[in-house]
Amino acid sequence: MDTREKDIEKLKDYKYGFTTDIENIKAPKGLNEDVIKFISNIKKEPQWMLEFRLKAYERLKLLKEPNWQKPKYPKIDYQDLYYYSAPKSMKDKPKSLDELDPKLLETYKKLGIPLQEQARLNGIAVDAVFDSVSVATTFKGELTKHGIIFCSMSEAIQKHPDLVKKYLGTVIPVTDHFFATLNSAVFTDGSFVYIPKGVKCPMELSTYFRINASQTGQFERTLIIADKGSYVSYLEGCTAPMRDENQLHAANVELIALDDAEIKYSTVQNWYPGDENGKGGIYNFVTKRGLCKGKNSKISWTQVETGSAITWKYPSCILKGDNSIGEFYSIAITNNHQKADTGTKMIHLGKNTKSKIISKGISAGFSDMTYRGLVDINTKAKNSSNYTQCDSLLMGNKCGAHTVPYIKNKNFDSNIAHEATTSKISEDQLHYCQQRGLNSEEAVGLIVNGFCKEVLQQLPMEFAVEAQKLVGISLEGSVG
Amino acid sequence: MNEQLQLDFDKIIKTLKISEKEIQLKKSFLKKFINNGFPNKKQEDWKFLDISQIIKKNISDLSFFNDYSLTNEIDPSIFISGLEHNKIIFINGRIEKIDFNCEDQNQIEINDEIEKNITFDYKNSLIDLNNAFNNKVFKILVKKNYSLKKPLIIYHSTNDKINSKNVNLSLNFELEENSSLRIIDYFSDNSNKNFVNILYNFNLKKHSILKNYKVDKFRNNNLNYSFNNIEQDDNSISETFILSAGSDYFKNEVNCNLNGEYSSAFINGIFSLKENQQHEIRSSINHLVENTKSYQLIKSVLGKNSKSAYQGRIFVNSKAQKTDGYQLSKAILLDETSEFNAKPELEIYADDVKCSHGSASGSLNENSIFYLMSRGLSYQQSKELLINGFLLDVVEKITDLEIKNLIKNIIGLKE
Repeated sequence: MDTREKDIEKLKDYKYGFTTDIENIKAPKGLNEDVIKFISNIKKEPQWMLEFRLKAYERLKLLKEPNWQKPKYPKIDYQDLYYYSAPKSMKDKPKSLDELDPKLLETYKKLGIPLQEQARLNGIAVDAVFDSVSVATTFKGELTKHGIIFCSMSEAIQKHPDLVKKYLGTVIPVTDHFFATLNSAVFTDGSFVYIPKGVKCPMELSTYFRINASQTGQFERTLIIADKGSYVSYLEGCTAPMRDENQLHAANVELIALDDAEIKYSTVQNWYPGDENGKGGIYNFVTKRGLCKGKNSKISWTQVETGSAITWKYPSCILKGDNSIGEFYSIAITNNHQKADTGTKMIHLGKNTKSKIISKGISAGFSDMTYRGLVDINTKAKNSSNYTQCDSLLMGNKCGAHTVPYIKNKNFDSNIAHEATTSKISEDQLHYCQQRGLNSEEAVGLIVNGFCKEVLQQLPMEFAVEAQKLVGISLEGSVG
Repeated sequence: MNEQLQLDFDKIIKTLKISEKEIQLKKSFLKKFINNGFPNKKQEDWKFLDISQIIKKNISDLSFFNDYSLTNEIDPSIFISGLEHNKIIFINGRIEKIDFNCEDQNQIEINDEIEKNITFDYKNSLIDLNNAFNNKVFKILVKKNYSLKKPLIIYHSTNDKINSKNVNLSLNFELEENSSLRIIDYFSDNSNKNFVNILYNFNLKKHSILKNYKVDKFRNNNLNYSFNNIEQDDNSISETFILSAGSDYFKNEVNCNLNGEYSSAFINGIFSLKENQQHEIRSSINHLVENTKSYQLIKSVLGKNSKSAYQGRIFVNSKAQKTDGYQLSKAILLDETSEFNAKPELEIYADDVKCSHGSASGSLNENSIFYLMSRGLSYQQSKELLINGFLLDVVEKITDLEIKNLIKNIIGLKE
């Protein structure tokens, strides 16, 4: 067996493909009012939260699943899913890391999450989400000193109901599209961040998601509020063990930036993409939306999407405050039978608002990749500007790369510029690298990393290294 | 509306002398149209300008019946002077005259008994409407190795006899091997509030060249829709130029299938819009085999309360390696009430391709205006000069010198 074949062999085994054997508490299968009440009850939620969920559920009954997207998938039977599952040992929440189920810790160790010592060394506070319940939150002390609230959503509902009540559902209302509304009705847990006035968060906040129990849709709800003049950088990493059935992941992420505040949100997603025949894998149908509510606020999305059978998401910015800035940097890589339909929406409402979109798509194998974006400059958004660049790279003629930008300019003071190119790795570049002693795979890795450089630069250091490796791993075996 | 449709359809059938088979065919098209109705913004292709709403708003009682048995008088003042040409004259949707006097009559065949079945795939109820209600469909065939000496000008004119009517007309063209044809569609309207629906079908054989120029210059209150379907064989070239400036509403659609190797398609367009005008160009270029090429350039100048939209789609089949595709759309917004929408779309399934698109929109560059004013021009003059240059760029793409000059004169562009 030559090295290439060996590499392909290696690829067959998904690095994070293991399941931890922990007894789960599950809500009864299916979606109905009782299940929602069960979830709300088990989480000891106040009445207003239950009402929020039920309102969303009422709305959901009227909605139809959208079907305009490019990647089609078999119909999801929403009555055949579990909407709540929590490791049993979590019934009484542990007070510190030592009290954690050792099996859980092992899972994280395999994933390489710097939950303990490494966390302190790297200066990362981790709020790890294991299936649906937040396991442990580290670095609380340090953060509390600054008045920063970083906890699980369920805890926030208990301890900071005023903040949650004030902001939850203001960016993604319960009346939104099908998947967002579904999430509003049945969300289980997620992260909550509040940065008080004038505080610069001293460390990068981070969450790792993992989908563990089979047939559980994971419905995360994340809410980040940056009060006036504050700054926060938030990292999200996702992996899921190998499962044959497609699993649904419909998370909602809401960001709110008030006057002069800045939020930087980075995602590295390498959920199980299915095997080389397109069997299994995660459906990643996530709604991410940021609201630049105050003047001079800024929201920046950076994403590296290498996993999931189907990725279907558009992290968006609503630029409401004057002089606010929205940014979107994305790398999406699809291989084998993966499909991605991703991009962003920049909605300019305030004066002097600026947005920038850099999207890099790479498709290989039999995969299909679509960039879909909207830039909408409203009548009142005087003197606004947008710059969009979306480049696609194709490897082989069995895959597809598509660009579907929607551009709406309703303001004559504003400028929109959009550029897109589609190409393949040129023979010259490959030849040049190989001449200097790289094998073809290394050469491709180098060229692709160069292609993605603009986006990789935006990632925080720790993530950038991981992302760079991921880019290489995702494309292994696709050259030839 | 459906009752009206059925009623008008029965009237049309009575006035037309057509075979039973054709009647059945027309009935099936009508049925399809009644099922789907006018396209609306829920359909992706109609997202930006919703024709069903626009018709509702502008035409209160649209009727579909035209009496094609009566002839209309031809007003010679509409003819373009200073250029010898062949003529097809449509008045109120009825063909009044076909005149190929400048050409060798043996080299051109005009046939009106053709199979009306549509051969290409479409999801567009307006094509059904056209097929159900159109009068006579002619097929014009240019024989092998013949190039028309003079351009063919198709006059689309309406007179004050019609009002709130839907007019449907359709033509088929076939260009045999190594032939060439230049067509100018020239719109001159003297009527109000009609909805004109035009369908052209072109079939380009090997090495043939088609040049189609659409000139909608004179301000009128009609709504127009035009659909060009172009099938291209090896080495054929199609060039489409659209000047979209006159009507209240005009949507030009071009669907181009590059079926033969080394075939190429060019689409260039200008929107020059003012008060309450809403225009759109939607192109769909399908690269189906290797070594094909397409180029699109669309520019808009948008005045008060006007709106333009450009939806361009380049599709590249997995077989179509070495495709070269390019799209560029630019817009200048002159007023705070003007609006520009674009959706330049790429759908690519082959890896060895060169495809790119660009889109830019904004106001006139203040620095350029300042530069010109510092050299003694007034504000208005500077603006005009800049717009002139902006649009000239597109007209310069016209490959036919004679017609380029004609169009420059019509638009009033200076070198």
